[in-house]
Amino acid sequence: MEVYRADEPKPLYRVLDEEGSPVGPVPDLAEDRLVGMYRGMVLARTFDERALNLQRQGRIGTYAPFSGQEAAQIGSFAVLEKDDWVFPSYRELAGLIYHGLPMERALLYSMGHPDGAKVPEDSRMFPVQIVIASQLLHAVGAGWACRLKGERSVAVSYFGDGATSEGDFHEALNLASVFSVPVVFFCQNNGWAISVPVSHQMRSATVAQRAVAYGIEGIRVDGNDVLAVYEGMLRAVDRARAGEGPTLVEAVTYRLGPHTTADDPTRYRDEEELKRWREQRDPIVRFRKFLEKRGIWSEEQERTEWERARRMVDEAVVRAESYPKADPSFAFEHVYALMTPDLSNQRDEWRARASRREGMQ
Amino acid sequence: MREMTMIQAIHEAMKMALESDDRVMVLGEDVGKNGGVFRATEGLQAHFGPDRVVDTPLAESAIVGAAVGLAVAGMRPIAEIQFLGFIYEAMDQIAGQAARIRFRSGGQYSAPIVIRAPFGGGVRTPELHSDSLEALFLHTPGLKVVMPSNPRDAKGLLLAAVRDPDPVLYLEPLKLYRAFRGEVPEQWYEVPIGRAQVVIPGQDVTVIAWGPTVPVAVRAARSAQEAWGHSCEVIDLRTIAPMDTETLVASVEKTGRVVVVHEAVRSGGVGAEVAARLAESAFLSLAAPMVRVTGYDTPYPPPAIEDAWLPSVDRVVEAIHRVAAF
Repeated sequence: MEVYRADEPKPLYRVLDEEGSPVGPVPDLAEDRLVGMYRGMVLARTFDERALNLQRQGRIGTYAPFSGQEAAQIGSFAVLEKDDWVFPSYRELAGLIYHGLPMERALLYSMGHPDGAKVPEDSRMFPVQIVIASQLLHAVGAGWACRLKGERSVAVSYFGDGATSEGDFHEALNLASVFSVPVVFFCQNNGWAISVPVSHQMRSATVAQRAVAYGIEGIRVDGNDVLAVYEGMLRAVDRARAGEGPTLVEAVTYRLGPHTTADDPTRYRDEEELKRWREQRDPIVRFRKFLEKRGIWSEEQERTEWERARRMVDEAVVRAESYPKADPSFAFEHVYALMTPDLSNQRDEWRARASRREGMQ
Repeated sequence: MREMTMIQAIHEAMKMALESDDRVMVLGEDVGKNGGVFRATEGLQAHFGPDRVVDTPLAESAIVGAAVGLAVAGMRPIAEIQFLGFIYEAMDQIAGQAARIRFRSGGQYSAPIVIRAPFGGGVRTPELHSDSLEALFLHTPGLKVVMPSNPRDAKGLLLAAVRDPDPVLYLEPLKLYRAFRGEVPEQWYEVPIGRAQVVIPGQDVTVIAWGPTVPVAVRAARSAQEAWGHSCEVIDLRTIAPMDTETLVASVEKTGRVVVVHEAVRSGGVGAEVAARLAESAFLSLAAPMVRVTGYDTPYPPPAIEDAWLPSVDRVVEAIHRVAAF
């Protein structure tokens, strides 16, 4: 009897080793693009560390840090064009900021301001998704619409390893495969779904191999190697644009921080594991070493860059903290295109109370 | 004017919607080649092609979730859930996603989709094929819920739903698909979403119903008139959300007495919402406690006992007499 078993896990696709030395063909990217990607990673890390501090100081609410995942995000977003659809989860701020989301908006979201979910009008980014894996299906729909309308654009959905256990993950891959939709499923496998390790999330050796079951292509890249991510994503996006259908990309990476600021990873995570990833596999250090070896980055530039990033983040914090207060009538205005009679009565009721309160003051 | 059944009216509405706008597409299980298990989409795929009338994999969440993405990116999908009882599978995509995207994005994105689903009892279906679940969706801000009870409304409400800028759940009473014929205009017309209809005017008791119980309410009203001389005003709610409180209040101010009839289970049902609204807005006009005639608080029963479970004409007549004689 012939039985089916999973393939031996494919090795991670890598362009750079931990020391930033090429171990495979280096993508043909202009110097300023390479430097631009590095700067994006530095800005992202600076933002993330600052956001964590702001939360500890009580200046923003719950926040989901992404430190450690900068290469996976910047490397993949670097492939996308402005007209491509992006359906993120809540841990893609590095990529979204690189793609044009103003940092103050990202902060406003954690401050609970309704405008925090707004994206630039000329973009096709979606607001962050809180429910796990729902956005994969939205990406399938949007990619499908692009195909039906004869557009060149593709749709990309971002999600973590935990999302691959959800029904929507499987329904999305299946549907996209059946209709050959131009969509990329980009999984940042960061090892942990809050406290549950990926080994307890699935018994498949890799996320990428799950693509085989749906008749699509799967790619597994080192998510801490920005150039490997770029190459993997480029292949997936090119295939989608060429009408070759969906691709599942697994970027193997690690979340250095907690799941959110409400989480304490010391309860479930081994200190040694964290140390190994933090000290030996930091994606920013690896890429910096590569740029230095190429002779296009210096110590002086490095110092200036981190200072510049700090300044930019400081300015974003000022903009976010001086942003006009939210108007509670926002709540009534965006439920339906036209306010229903019930909602308009409830808004009037709320307004009458608000003006009575003002009158008393 | 020509007469047709409700299923024919629904079919005609979808055909007209597909003809009028290239962005409209129909997707669901068995809607293509098979023309839908109730033939609602009969022949549409042959006419409009497999890209516009799409047989999807068997996956409710995928159907609605993809429809959200399609709509956001400019299409106008009409998604079919084969039976309303299977809609739990798509609950997140409807309540958590489609209904919220306008709010969540501060008005930047919206999901103008129509979700069609047959429901309702009295037709001897297997388990989970007959459940009336409209109350779940009344409780979902951002969604509109439409429930036609006759062929004319079925076409007009569906055309209004297709043009609506927000997601609309369009619930089709199984029992009324072919129960009777009614006049249906040939041209495009829309029955406004959010407005109830006074089916029979009356003076003594207001009977409020929607979907499959409208014909039951009408028969009961006639019978109560004959047997007891009670003049009943029958109102077809037509839309559960948004609800037309104004029409209900106006009627109760006249009659002072209320019977609400629905198939769904009683507790937390739409009838409770109707009663609460009338208690808030027309309390001093009430001359008797309001009475609900509904399904019981059990899962939908097996076919052999469903007739005893469903609100019958007798039960409604009794309720009418009870509030009239209070």
